[in-house]
Amino acid sequence: MSQIQISEKLAILADAAKYDASCASSGTSKRSSNKSGGIGSTEGMGICHAYAPDGRCISLLKILLTNSCIFDCHYCINRKSSNVRRARFTPKEVVDLTLNFYKRNYIEGLFLSSGIIKSSNYTMEQIVEVARSLREDHDFRGYIHLKTIPDADPELLEAAGRHADRLSINVELPTRAGLQKLAPEKSEERIEGAMGGLKEAILDGRDAKKKYRSAPNFAPAGQSTQMIVGADTATDSDIVRRANGLYDRFGLRRVYYSAFSPIPDASAVLPLQRPPLMREHRLYQSDWLMRFYGFAPHEVIDAAEADGNLPLDIDPKLAWALKHRAQFPVDVNAAPKALLWRVPGLGTKAVDAIVKARRWRRLRLEDVGRLTVSITKIRPFITAEGWSPGALTDMEHLRASVAPKVNQLELFA
Amino acid sequence: MITARLDSEDDFDGWRAQCRGLLRLGAKPADVVWQVGAQRTDLFSNPDSKIAAAPIAVPKGFAELSRSVICHNDPARFGLLFQLLIDLKAGRRHMGDRADPLLRKLDIMAKTVRRDIHKMRAFVRFRRIEEEGDEHFIAWFEPEHHIVRANASFFIRRFGGMRWSILTPALSIHWDKNILLEGPAARKEDAPSQDAIEAQWKTYYGSTFNPARLKVKAMLKEMPKKYWHNMPETALISELIQSARNRELAMIEKEIAASVADTLATLQAEAGRCRRCPLFGPATQIVFGEGPERARLMFVGEQPGDQEDMQGRPFVGPAGQIFDAALAQAGLDRAQAYVTNAVKHFKFKPEGKRRIHERPNISEVNHCRWWLKREIEILQPDLIIALGATAARSLTGRNVAITKSRGSILESEEGVPVLVTIHPSYLLRLPDAEMAAQERRNFVADLMQARDHIEALQMAAT
Repeated sequence: MSQIQISEKLAILADAAKYDASCASSGTSKRSSNKSGGIGSTEGMGICHAYAPDGRCISLLKILLTNSCIFDCHYCINRKSSNVRRARFTPKEVVDLTLNFYKRNYIEGLFLSSGIIKSSNYTMEQIVEVARSLREDHDFRGYIHLKTIPDADPELLEAAGRHADRLSINVELPTRAGLQKLAPEKSEERIEGAMGGLKEAILDGRDAKKKYRSAPNFAPAGQSTQMIVGADTATDSDIVRRANGLYDRFGLRRVYYSAFSPIPDASAVLPLQRPPLMREHRLYQSDWLMRFYGFAPHEVIDAAEADGNLPLDIDPKLAWALKHRAQFPVDVNAAPKALLWRVPGLGTKAVDAIVKARRWRRLRLEDVGRLTVSITKIRPFITAEGWSPGALTDMEHLRASVAPKVNQLELFA
Repeated sequence: MITARLDSEDDFDGWRAQCRGLLRLGAKPADVVWQVGAQRTDLFSNPDSKIAAAPIAVPKGFAELSRSVICHNDPARFGLLFQLLIDLKAGRRHMGDRADPLLRKLDIMAKTVRRDIHKMRAFVRFRRIEEEGDEHFIAWFEPEHHIVRANASFFIRRFGGMRWSILTPALSIHWDKNILLEGPAARKEDAPSQDAIEAQWKTYYGSTFNPARLKVKAMLKEMPKKYWHNMPETALISELIQSARNRELAMIEKEIAASVADTLATLQAEAGRCRRCPLFGPATQIVFGEGPERARLMFVGEQPGDQEDMQGRPFVGPAGQIFDAALAQAGLDRAQAYVTNAVKHFKFKPEGKRRIHERPNISEVNHCRWWLKREIEILQPDLIIALGATAARSLTGRNVAITKSRGSILESEEGVPVLVTIHPSYLLRLPDAEMAAQERRNFVADLMQARDHIEALQMAAT
């Protein structure tokens, strides 16, 4: 196969894969190729090897094995009825590309997904073969993320988990009604059934690893999922509830949100314009609040406006604080961590530093200022040595005074 | 004034040893001049040196912080760290108090160094050369701080089974799969100037970019321009940004056009850019369907021939002439019907100066079915006449034996009635005149049946 043909396929199959949001390569077991004669390492923290002008990090070679598909999901550029050019890699071509890129330090590893051809099992076999060959034929120790196909046989999922760091199955849409409308051939039961199966296999694998060091790895970076935001009518509250349920039930590492992008040859069922990119960002912020800041899902939902969506002009933590001013100001020299986490503009690192520093002396506003990006936003919500916000906290125009001045640049405002 | 010398810019061990001596001397930070030179002279190379070299107790976190800060390029770093050490010893500052201005300053320096280390891991780009039958990967990199030695172990862990070199303006490091060797400063020209795989990498970079989301600031924050000149993919950035906005606007305009005014004309314009299968390559142009949008009757042939390809219109060659004559005989007006083909590009084998018709394969027919579907959806005809097996297969989605099915009404995948008959070119190929005449009569009879069908529908509607 000549280079030109590979490049052509690469253009088609990378283009087709770019609507998947995840590019994470972190949180897996540490591996090294020193003294092994092989290639690759994982360091715990992933590395972004480049950034595209869309602001997204390029960490993995993210491609599809093929963009042909027997399904016809409306939001998907690769759906059966879409007028895109089709291409297909052989497993060996993907293996060679991955190694060639990895050896030049372009990537952390591979994120392989595929349209479904012939059957779920056939497609999954091809995906697994790529991972197997990388691991066994080439002693590749870099990161591998495989998109798993819900209907494939358990033995194939098992093999996928043995070779991959992370597995993922997309729930696709936040609501069942949305899935039925936009992906009529997919079923929530089958998707969630497969995610439940993966959860058990991951936990079993971890247990075995605790007992026997030699036990085989099973997806040490766990499983994640993705849903598309803005293609159906689900509100942010619906999405937060769904995401929380998924975290609880399937022990997910991450729920990714992908703002629906107008795709070439879109199906007529879809909106023409994308939702504001900021919406995706606000959802990630709410995800952070639940995972690292001790917010309960109902508290995040509480930050939403009457229409069930999070405000776009301010972040959800600030929105929550403005609705619960009675909880403020918080004393930076005395308040427990859980309360400091609630202060808009204070991140977890700043909170850690405050709690440590106040053991030595009482902190003033300028001390807090040194530990954070901007003190203006924080000031109305805290008291410090020599600082009290007075009536500032309850001021009517507080929102306007702390909201960011510059709105996000919207191409289609 | 005391001069404290260090071996190299990142000489942490030397700095620590000098600090021990300085503390013992009771030196104040303002009295010390730090110099990086070739020869280190210990402050105490006398019989007491063992005491001088004895470790000094430092608070938790200090060693980690100073190891990072030493790699910073600020010449003041040695003195600032020494100042912190003295203040810690005197109880004037505490490692836990990160809001302290000096600690904060050093924290930020350490963070800058860690970031530089991380960015080197991210942005080093190796180029491959062949040497003595083995591959050797070489990179040229210009770090901002003195981090190359601190970073070597990462590249060993990652590329343990690979022979590699990283060349920098200060020093070079080389890994031969076993041991790490240090070499002198290098120049950019010492590294290879190209690598064939870079073209593929650029293809990937351009294709994975989503023009619907443009966030240049976010990109610049993580990938500042100072790193760009050693990264091949960054050559594409300005072009990608420039075209992104136009690309999405064009996409939305196209969608609006397609959804609001779904006309045959816009469809034809879109089809003109079709690259779904390779047939667009050798063909002269696309031969799209032709006829009024109100047409109730639709004819679908196989694919354009030599004449059609040249003129860009369907059924204008020899088979088209037979078709026209048969239509007239059956009392049908071609101007009232929509005429198209299952495949819109001419597929042929060149034979000398001639281009010999070649039957389209199933994949080509399937690719082109998308256009046929849109034509049917826009037109919503009452009856489609499939001319020949290829058309019948494309319309119904299954293999149809013409001799068995002709005259009967099947259904297209869109649910439109389909009447199957022969392709007029079949009549051109019959060697026997009598048989040709008979087949021609049968063909006209089929067309008359179509006419009757349409007329019956129109009667029913009025």
